[in-house]
Amino acid sequence: MSALLDKKEGAEHLLMGNEAIARGALEAGVKVAAGYPGTPSSEIIESLAGVAKDANIYVEWSVNEKLAMEVAAAASFAELRSLCVMKQNGVNVASDFLLHLAGSGTRGGMVLVPCDDPGALSSINEGESRFFARTVEIPLLEPGDFQEAKDMTKWAFELSEELKQLIMLRSVTRLSHASGNVRFGTLPTGEAKARFRCDGFILDPDEGIVISAPVDYKHGQQHEKLKRAKEIFEDSPFNTYEGPEKPELLIITSSACTLYSREAISILGLKERVGLLKLGTTWPLPPKLLTRYLSLAEKILIVEEVLPFLEENVKVIAAETASEIGIKKFYGKNDGTIPMVGELNPDYVINAITKILEIEYLPRPEEYAAKTQGLAFFGAPQRELIFCPGCPHRASFWSIHNALELDGRKGFVCGDIGCYTMALLPTGFTTLKTVHAMGSGSGLASGFGKLGQFGLDQPVLAVCGDSTFFHTAIPALINARHHKSDFTLVVLDNSGTAMTGFQPHPGLEVNAMGDNVPDLDIAEICRSMGARVEIRDPFELEETRATLNNLMEDNEGLKVLILRQICGLSPEKKAGKKYEMAINEEICLGENCGCNRVCTRIFRCPGLVWDKEKQVTRLDEVICTGCGVCADICPAGAITRKEAV
Amino acid sequence: MAGTQLPNDPYNIIITGVGGQGNVMASRVLANMLVKKGFYVTIGETFGASQRGGSVMSHLRVSKKDTWSPQIPKGKAHVIVALEPTEAIRVLADYGNPDVKVVSNTRPIHPAGVIAGDLNYPAIEETKKTARGISSHAWFIDATDEALRLGNPILGNIIMLGALSGLDDLPLDKEDFREVIAESLPQNKVDINMEAFDLGRGLLKE
Repeated sequence: MSALLDKKEGAEHLLMGNEAIARGALEAGVKVAAGYPGTPSSEIIESLAGVAKDANIYVEWSVNEKLAMEVAAAASFAELRSLCVMKQNGVNVASDFLLHLAGSGTRGGMVLVPCDDPGALSSINEGESRFFARTVEIPLLEPGDFQEAKDMTKWAFELSEELKQLIMLRSVTRLSHASGNVRFGTLPTGEAKARFRCDGFILDPDEGIVISAPVDYKHGQQHEKLKRAKEIFEDSPFNTYEGPEKPELLIITSSACTLYSREAISILGLKERVGLLKLGTTWPLPPKLLTRYLSLAEKILIVEEVLPFLEENVKVIAAETASEIGIKKFYGKNDGTIPMVGELNPDYVINAITKILEIEYLPRPEEYAAKTQGLAFFGAPQRELIFCPGCPHRASFWSIHNALELDGRKGFVCGDIGCYTMALLPTGFTTLKTVHAMGSGSGLASGFGKLGQFGLDQPVLAVCGDSTFFHTAIPALINARHHKSDFTLVVLDNSGTAMTGFQPHPGLEVNAMGDNVPDLDIAEICRSMGARVEIRDPFELEETRATLNNLMEDNEGLKVLILRQICGLSPEKKAGKKYEMAINEEICLGENCGCNRVCTRIFRCPGLVWDKEKQVTRLDEVICTGCGVCADICPAGAITRKEAV
Repeated sequence: MAGTQLPNDPYNIIITGVGGQGNVMASRVLANMLVKKGFYVTIGETFGASQRGGSVMSHLRVSKKDTWSPQIPKGKAHVIVALEPTEAIRVLADYGNPDVKVVSNTRPIHPAGVIAGDLNYPAIEETKKTARGISSHAWFIDATDEALRLGNPILGNIIMLGALSGLDDLPLDKEDFREVIAESLPQNKVDINMEAFDLGRGLLKE
């Protein structure tokens, strides 16, 4: 049985922040959890899915984030506790429903967990979800460590029921994907019955219809809820102060930045000079508490990721209470003391404090630091991101790239979100020319495909993964078909949501909880729209290339090429090599070959290594997965494959 | 064995390597062994896109008293475990100091830029010299080659953990290792992992 269901109160486990959030939800008696995979949020739903049977809960990977929020909200309307989870940009996808849900209110406790990715470690944006809480006017919580990730999640459900309102609990990569000790509380026993009461007085929050109208009344109710939240937050144990009674500098912070700030104060030995106000309830801010602590110091440093959310909101309170607390000197993102872009760490906070208090800090002796200058460059060659050895995407983009070159009309590919986004880079032969939101590759292609009227004569292609296809590509395809837009979509179907850890999607026969479910066939869906559909194995390079050229020459509307080959990291693939590869060093001519070693110079599978001394390509048998594709790109026939036994 | 005293509190460990080498698993196993000894352990990890051929790092903070930041401040590592030799240098450049210890695998994984011929990959002797010049001590172990002899290159990370235990800076005992491995892997994998751990420990002591 998973540690997440450990019944022993007080038991201590090492948990990822995401697992701690999952445990908090279990301690709160969550019944329904839904999300869409996205780093750094995925392990919350994964953890809950793993214990769904034992805990008797329902967990799903929804088709997209809006669906996830709707599925979770339905449970709340039926008086169950529910959780929905997504990465930061998922909140944008869900935001239309979010606005209306905030207006209608909730019944069973409902918590929305967005996980932001400061520094875009696994994103192509530095989106910030906290402003959504302010925009749609719902309470916002931010845990400051792993224990709080669990405890606050549990409390968020209680708060949601007290206010009859959705609560946002925001995490960040360095909490979600970091791990620490967590002490467990009790797991609830007892059953919950789902029932949707909707026959009462129209404005009754428990028995009326669920809607954000009449707007003036419901909006007013929402403000009453926020007012009540403010009062509750004034006394919340998740807002803490550590430091002297009269600090020279007061740091106000939240989330992972709490740990960075505490570390910075400790390393600089400033516990007697610097105070730390750590906020767990960050919207609406409790004004009395803020006023009390702002009164303590003249200098205020605000430490947070990504946007200056706390900073702006604290400044409003400081302005409103200026006659009481006096004029403050603020430091933070707006004045550049804390960088506006990228994730923070203890060193950024150390720099900020030393600048404000004019003190010296040398992390290591100067002569040592001098010795390491340039080392990272000369002693450790840069590692650009690459497709894994044996990745079907390398083969797919090889063919797409070659088909475009052969076609010769300067065709281009609109990209999308997944591992294959890396085809922007040399590993995918710099094939992608646009990348935006989930499904936007097909949406943009739908638009480009209508520009023939204005003289656009370049072939238009888009790519999307199998999970992205279901997420948001389908409406774009319908749009394209209906409006007779001319483009070719290549679906890179690797049988799972590979980027985030291989979560299932509607194209598969299994769901998050491991149940057998109906699978929806991408080809059939596209055919039913009237698209011309071809299916190929991307490892068959020549066939794939020829099919693509044929599709590009067909100027009649929507065409779909499905390239099916399972992800190299999938358990099936990892189980064994299909081919034993070999390189005949007698035949390989290296740089003297007409190909000028195309295998290592362009194809760049990490399973192939250029041996500078011998001037031949060598196989790294530890890395090679035996996919066999490189045998087809070697014009000399030096690379060979034979079926593995 | 060092009892349950830490040479420093927090004691800062960085495990580094290339995506796919088992960095995350090694950090989890190590952390769980230390939690069994009653320590607070914080792990900060690089996940996601960086796993695809990029440099990866896990920061471990071990403390008797508290939860520390999942990112170690620059220049404050106490020991660096490198599953790939040039990654040791990359991490030393940012987190090294005159007292840091380094335990590194010798097996290179060539970045795409090296495979393509755009970048140079330093010879292992050069890497050893560089590491020794900016650490208090650097051990180099043929972990991948030894793992291949055991039948699976992925065991390289466990061999490296065994080597780390050989430093005797941390209370990393074999029984804790067995328990942690048994909790996370199928039963038939335990013996081979035990063998890898012992092997690594022995190699460091040589």
